Amino acid sequence: MAKPASGGGDFISNLGKIYTYYTGGFFGFVIILGILEQFGVPNRWIGYGFVFLTIAVYAVIGILSRTSEVGEYYVAGRKVPSFYNGMATGADWMSGASFVGMAGTLFLLGYDGLAFVLGWTGGYVLVAILIAPFLRKFGAYTVPDFFSERYGGGTARMFAVIVLISCSFTYVVAQIFATGLIASRFLDMDFTVAVYAGLIGILLCSMLGGMKAVTWTQVAQYIVLIVAYLTPIIILSAKKFGIPVPQLTYGQAIQEIISLEASMVQKGLATAAGLKPHIKPFTTYDPLNYFALIFCLMVGTASLPHILMRYFTTPSVRDARSSVAWSLFFIFLLYFSAPAYAAFSKLEVYTLINNGTALADLPQWIYTYGKIGLVKICGADASVVDAVIAACGKIANQGGLLRLQDLSINTDVIVLSTPEIAGMPYVIAGLVAAGGLAAALSTADGLLLAIANALSHDIYYKMINPNAPTATRLIVSRILLFFVAVLAAYVASTRPADILSMVAWAFSIAAAGIFPALVLGVWWKRANTAGCLAGMALGYGMCVYYLVGTRYFAVSFHEMWGWLSTATPAAQAKFVDLKAAWTAASGPAKDAAWVALDAHAQTIASWFGVRNISAALFGLPVGFVAIWVVSLLTPAPSEAVGRMVDATRRPAGAMIMQDKDASGAH
Amino acid sequence: MSQAGEDRYWKRTSGLMWTMMALWLFFSFIVHFFVNSLNSFSILGFPFGFYMAAQGSLLAFVIMLFIYARRQDRIDREEGVAEED
Repeated sequence: MAKPASGGGDFISNLGKIYTYYTGGFFGFVIILGILEQFGVPNRWIGYGFVFLTIAVYAVIGILSRTSEVGEYYVAGRKVPSFYNGMATGADWMSGASFVGMAGTLFLLGYDGLAFVLGWTGGYVLVAILIAPFLRKFGAYTVPDFFSERYGGGTARMFAVIVLISCSFTYVVAQIFATGLIASRFLDMDFTVAVYAGLIGILLCSMLGGMKAVTWTQVAQYIVLIVAYLTPIIILSAKKFGIPVPQLTYGQAIQEIISLEASMVQKGLATAAGLKPHIKPFTTYDPLNYFALIFCLMVGTASLPHILMRYFTTPSVRDARSSVAWSLFFIFLLYFSAPAYAAFSKLEVYTLINNGTALADLPQWIYTYGKIGLVKICGADASVVDAVIAACGKIANQGGLLRLQDLSINTDVIVLSTPEIAGMPYVIAGLVAAGGLAAALSTADGLLLAIANALSHDIYYKMINPNAPTATRLIVSRILLFFVAVLAAYVASTRPADILSMVAWAFSIAAAGIFPALVLGVWWKRANTAGCLAGMALGYGMCVYYLVGTRYFAVSFHEMWGWLSTATPAAQAKFVDLKAAWTAASGPAKDAAWVALDAHAQTIASWFGVRNISAALFGLPVGFVAIWVVSLLTPAPSEAVGRMVDATRRPAGAMIMQDKDASGAH
Repeated sequence: MSQAGEDRYWKRTSGLMWTMMALWLFFSFIVHFFVNSLNSFSILGFPFGFYMAAQGSLLAFVIMLFIYARRQDRIDREEGVAEED
């Protein structure tokens, strides 16, 4: 790697050359490992080679990009060209779960899974048009900076910090968890050891150089992750259909899937009720929930601080706009390929079933993933042939052939197993693992930086010690980054099931808490401090109330709001019965009765049947209306605020916060 | 900058914003309301309603953002509020 540490113009002007060499070097590395594999180097060493070498490269970039300047640390000196910032945002955005799990979700849900694909791309339209260029002009270091300046003071900043931390922390825990999972799966490392190894990788990338280091490692990580994601399906598409463009050829795969679906049902290898036709809409979500999910994911995307802060780093407002376009382009490359993954895998699996494969003749990949509990057949882990046959023997009329209803595949398997299913050499599987790791590490870096910056810049510097010298501020930032990272790794190492399912909530929380005040702050001059505080508190409160209420207090939530639930009369009656059973029970039976009651209540506790993943559907309107009403009932903001908003809207001229921070930086 | 110039600039910027938001609304939601009817014909093997959710809308978003960046920059230059190159 050339020298990012020089930091000046020569690094920036040579970016194209540097990353071209880097990409070439990466391909060369993959080819060398492929050759080594042919010479009989064991798979395990190939896996280690991928993981350690890529992490070492990221660490070197991180160390070379170390800095002692505040502007470099918080916003990479505002000189990241829009194209490269787009790549960095792509890596920042696409998490370990997107990389590993998205295709699997599409495999399982078919059309309904596309809500995620749409939601996680369309949100960037909102980022580009409503938010990013204005935040860039504002010249903030963090998203809460904007709240403080626009809405006069510490309280608004504090609110923004609370929302920021509550949506980012669960998210970062999930990323570190994913890092541990990938490393433990591919390297046979102990999960906890793998989590802390991932932590070191993350810290090396971010601690010394802050945003500057994270930016240049994220660009490197994007290149690895996109190469890793696309290579297996390009090979597969070329093999199957003769054209190496899977995004075009999977239409044929879909046609074949449609005919296999009919054929399997006809042969009795699938039940018409159990089969979700791949292209049929609204088999999992009803239309209300499908569109609500798209909406909440989009608005959430436009509110996540670790994404918004990436646009603080471009040289100009103009670059911020084109940078969002490049970001979406780079994200699009992965998301429009995910459905192809899903279709190719589904074709493979359905062909296997439709051929009437006997349980004794299942292919090897089923056992590879069955051993680690990711593939189940007849309800048991598919670890060995005998276990499968024994488990299926217990099912009446099973018939000895693999049927669709016997097979259950974890969503993570689809991407990880594609190289193996298609009979590619192990080096491709190692490449995919390195890609998944790059995706998880890069997102974790961005999130940690967002949290640590909020704590060090917004809380420590702006609220506790405004006179802190530059050196102290940077030391405090690094110490906080370290502790937040260790805390996140510790939480991840406990395998917290709840936190992982709460990640999807981050979007609704960010959307309801941040979006209305952010957008109206730019687009409506009349929005004032009281309105902002009311909107944030009520929007965020409403959203959290719905999430926590329907998930953790489902019984009392349903008792209070049962009249708004869309549960069928039968489900309502079942609730009453279970409640009575719980009231009547005593001793240990009472606990069991409560579990049954609570589990049932969670399925019916809702307003209008909206799932809690879309809680922002209620939080957002409440937030907007609260800002509007309260702002109009209280005095208009001062003329100075009006002039500031005008200046925010105009690209020309100095940044709004620049002068104060420049004086603070020297 | 004069208040009149300021207002005109913001009017044009808002106009572009609303156009883009309308397109966003169309490609995010409205076109997918008709998924069942659109699925009745296929291109390259893709049922069209499925295609729009899996690729069509995504492509539209990408193209929209490049057009937006260009259009807004033209407005900035014509209204004399563009940054120096």
